Amino acid sequence: MEQVLLEMRQIDKLFPGVRALSKVDFTLRAGEIHSLMGENGAGKSTLVKVLTGVYPRDGGTIRLNGHEIAPRTPKEAQEYGISTVYQEVNLCANLSVAENIYIGREPKKHGFIDWKTMNERAVTLLKRLHITIDVTKTLDHYSVAIQQMIAIARAVDVSARILILDEPTSSLDEQETQRLFAIVRELKAQGMGIIFISHFLEQVYALCDRVTVLRNGELIGSYEVAHLSRLELIAKMIGKNLSAVQEMDQTEEKSQPSADVFLAAKDIGCTGSLVDVDLAIHKSEVVGLAGLLGSGRTETAELLFGIHSITKGEIDINGKKLNISDPMTAMRKKIAFCPEDRKVSGIIGDLSVRDNIILAMQAKDGMLKHIPYARQAEIADEFIRLLQIKVSDREQLVKNLSGGNQQKVIIARWLATQPELLILDEPTRGIDVGTKSEIQKMAVQLAKQRGMAVVFISSEMDEMTRTCTKLVVMKDRRKVAELMDDEVNSENVMKAIAGGEKE
Amino acid sequence: MKMKKMMNAAVASRYFAFFITVFLFLVLYGVGMMNFRGFTRPQVFFNLFIDNATLIIVTVGITFTLLIGGIDLSVGAVVALACMILAYLLEYTAVPVAAAVLLVLAFGIAFGALQGYIITKFDMQPFIITLAGMFFCRGMTAVISRDTISITNPFYVSIASARISVFGLGFVSIGAVMALLVLLIAAIVLGFTRFGRTIYAIGGSESSAALMGLPVFRTKVLVYTINGFCAALGGVAYSWIMLSGYTLHALGMEMDAIASSVIGGTLLTGGVAFLPGTLFGVLIQGVILTFITFQGTLSAWWTKIVIGALLCVFIVMQAIITERKSKLSSKSSLENRL
Amino acid sequence: MNWKRITSSSLFLPLLALFALLLFNVIFVDGFLSIQMTEDGRLYGRLIDILNRSSSLIVLSLGMTFVIATSGIDISVGAVVAISAAVVCTLIGGRGDGVAEHPMALAILAAVAIGVLCGIWNGFLVARLKIQAVVATLILMTAGRGIAQLLTAGQIITVYYKPFSYISGTIPGNVLPTNIFIAAAMVLLVGFIMKKTSIGLFVQAVGINATASKYAGISVSLVLFVVYAFSGFCAGVSGLIESSLIRAADANNAGLNMEMDAILAVALGGTLLSGGKFYIGGSVIGAITIQTLTTTMYALGIASDQLPVIKAIAVVVLCLIQSKKCQALVASWKENRHGGSAGKTVEKA
Repeated sequence: MEQVLLEMRQIDKLFPGVRALSKVDFTLRAGEIHSLMGENGAGKSTLVKVLTGVYPRDGGTIRLNGHEIAPRTPKEAQEYGISTVYQEVNLCANLSVAENIYIGREPKKHGFIDWKTMNERAVTLLKRLHITIDVTKTLDHYSVAIQQMIAIARAVDVSARILILDEPTSSLDEQETQRLFAIVRELKAQGMGIIFISHFLEQVYALCDRVTVLRNGELIGSYEVAHLSRLELIAKMIGKNLSAVQEMDQTEEKSQPSADVFLAAKDIGCTGSLVDVDLAIHKSEVVGLAGLLGSGRTETAELLFGIHSITKGEIDINGKKLNISDPMTAMRKKIAFCPEDRKVSGIIGDLSVRDNIILAMQAKDGMLKHIPYARQAEIADEFIRLLQIKVSDREQLVKNLSGGNQQKVIIARWLATQPELLILDEPTRGIDVGTKSEIQKMAVQLAKQRGMAVVFISSEMDEMTRTCTKLVVMKDRRKVAELMDDEVNSENVMKAIAGGEKE
Repeated sequence: MKMKKMMNAAVASRYFAFFITVFLFLVLYGVGMMNFRGFTRPQVFFNLFIDNATLIIVTVGITFTLLIGGIDLSVGAVVALACMILAYLLEYTAVPVAAAVLLVLAFGIAFGALQGYIITKFDMQPFIITLAGMFFCRGMTAVISRDTISITNPFYVSIASARISVFGLGFVSIGAVMALLVLLIAAIVLGFTRFGRTIYAIGGSESSAALMGLPVFRTKVLVYTINGFCAALGGVAYSWIMLSGYTLHALGMEMDAIASSVIGGTLLTGGVAFLPGTLFGVLIQGVILTFITFQGTLSAWWTKIVIGALLCVFIVMQAIITERKSKLSSKSSLENRL
Repeated sequence: MNWKRITSSSLFLPLLALFALLLFNVIFVDGFLSIQMTEDGRLYGRLIDILNRSSSLIVLSLGMTFVIATSGIDISVGAVVAISAAVVCTLIGGRGDGVAEHPMALAILAAVAIGVLCGIWNGFLVARLKIQAVVATLILMTAGRGIAQLLTAGQIITVYYKPFSYISGTIPGNVLPTNIFIAAAMVLLVGFIMKKTSIGLFVQAVGINATASKYAGISVSLVLFVVYAFSGFCAGVSGLIESSLIRAADANNAGLNMEMDAILAVALGGTLLSGGKFYIGGSVIGAITIQTLTTTMYALGIASDQLPVIKAIAVVVLCLIQSKKCQALVASWKENRHGGSAGKTVEKA
């Protein structure tokens, strides 16, 4: 067995109100590629940030080659030999390739930068990684894949013990990914320890030796990839949420879809984000978009709402073809969308709950019309009562509410527009269990009582199987399966994601 | 097809904007030579440097701030204040010339550093702080004297009127030599020192620069300090031309400097600048002014309009090039795949 | 109890500043509060004078408030004032016999229209071409004065046509100068727009979180466009008032430094320069305060071209007070002084 390079023991990390990591162990050996897996909020990135000194840890020890270390900044971590390459390339597009590798450590001659030596060294370094490019050109001349590899080259050259790759492939295509993998294997052969974070199962199986699974900030276990089936891995990642299982009995009966199709998407796609998705959404139907993060769930929803335009296929609403070029077009057709990232694209933090609730309604009415204050108050109060939003009063600033109540405010914003199709993208992420089940119930009730079509996107499998009568399973930006009625269960979803591998 | 490819390559080139600027300068100069016989005299060319020494120095300074994605609107007012301080010290006090100049330069450094510190430390928008800086310096000029103070110090006047012969073709002033020297030093600093490259890196992406372990805070404050120094030095050069201190000196020079820089290929979003280009940016403005002078009937305000229009054209061109480039890079990644 | 509510009101700071200034004037300036009536039935006095002089700034800061609320800035307003002044004066003409070359109504309409046009130009650059607001408006800030000079052929056009002076003077039979009514009407107009349309809500939404606004169906670029066009409109109206005050168009000096005054008025009124919530009432009081300050300084013998020193310092101080980073620094400094030891033990544990 190779020697142990890094040992993290009993790592704790607390954020206000949340235990992000509790007693997590992680071991990395020299010359291994180790995958860190888990769904959103499982604690992968928190663990990495503790290791690289972005966050201070609240407990536990980190040992590098047997010596205890405590990096406080990414720079200190780098000095210990721990480098990170992030999903978004953290280099400067306006500088040359060679400079991006050597900036801050440039070779000098008579006190001035020795460009010739620097370029030569860059060429040599990149050759080791089998990349031959013009290093004097600026970075923006090259594709993201090449940029990613240049980032790796810099990281390797700065410090060559541990390399962390944080979702490096999320914007690469198949061939680019293969090229990247070849480089990573090369580094492994040179004895580096590599931590690989990715949502793509296939890539983990293609590249990694071992995998450590985290869930809800806890360690589930470390496994040899060769001895772990895809299905087992997915089950470990998603798991069974006990509290949710207990609540199962209280859940309403599912809504029965009507025969009328509200929206039909035929072979829709968007260059770079989605490939040929077919989707029919009936009235009174709760459709789930299942799949791991980055599988194309959110991308599908955003195409339906006109955040981005489709570049292929067509969307029919009530049987009529429609070009959804912007959100307003979708809204006029009574489509509503609660986006995934509440803080960035959901709430307007410094406005009151009332303003936030009537915002979409008001946008639909246009700039020149105005909902009278009394009517606004009435609407706001109605939804505060209906959704049991906990506020001191309707004029409270929405940024001062808890996550669950903020989510309810956004849902209220869209219900106020009386939609016929409501898209909920991760509506229960980062909110307490009680509110979670409320939102699930609400989705079903809306479909049942108001005949609304609902698209439900979630990383939690139980949530989806309990609310949806149809599940569309996505993987690698494609639709891989459609499960109906009785087929809707987590096992089938995992099978579909795992692909070909049947038990 | 081939033509298009060549076009794309040209557009993608780092020096594309520079070539356009040089070309534009040559065309303008050529038109001038065809229309006015005076334009053919070498001295007209040298006069461009004499008349625009201040603008060259100030443009070099403002280019530093634009490089980090900042801006400084106070430079014109600093030039005016520098002239006024000089005029006051030389005319109403016994301070020797060298000390007066050093004092003015020290003021520029201190003022730039203060602005830079406030902007960086408190995360303020640079334009609002430097806009305040502009009003502050203009106001201070008037506080020192509301009337014009003429500089009559014989030694100072002799420096101002000194002329250096250039191969017998013509002559330049000390200010012009100083301007070119500043340009040269700045180009070396930007191109061949770690500090200079850090400035580019910050302009490219401040967060990346920080993650790469570069000293972002220090560099940003220093950039505004250098800019303050350049503005004050520009003020000294300006006093050699005007030989006076006056509240309305160098009014709107910040715009001329920004325009020169942009015409010379500086991106207002930061991270891209080429100092020889900015020199030609200044010279283009100088030619336009010379044009208007030779023409005789056109009024001076045309300069402002033309410079505004030029700035506009170049900014729009930048937007188009940036868009084109992003398309190109996605294309090149496609080609890599095949 | 109520005191806290009063001090936390958005109008508290600007009102306090205004009262402090007024108090200073009452004490040190003789007859500051006295308002008298002339024989032909006009009111006059220092207070009326301040209102008269501040009306163009009030109008200007209305437009600036919206621009700043979208987290933008319009530094071209001073130059647009000069353009508008040039247009109205050129159209009416400087004939010595006091006859207008074109009907005054037409001239006024043209001046306001050119202001709107300038605003549309700025809006186009900011909303459509996505150029940073400072740079986009800087173009017009400098080129604008050139345009104004072009219109007046470099001359200061003095208008002798009597009705033109009524804009910023008193129409015979009226008690107060007309421009006070114009400013009041503009404030009422904005108030009416705020009440009857949702523009105010959209402006705030865009200023606070443009991405979320887009997801809620708001057309961000349309909002920006309207806001800059309105700022141009206000600058156009302001140009009328300014030129009528001196009965002339002076391309170099009309609206000089007014962009700074307008920004200061908005900041003093409680609107954050980083955008978001805005306070029309605050801006109006801010504008009056600044005019009072100007008048007071004049009374103290400070010249108009020296005044920017004080205003510049005021802007920086206001910015620092508003800045989150500064507030955080002060807070941590206070904590270190009072509970420094407590904080350290927590860190160790």
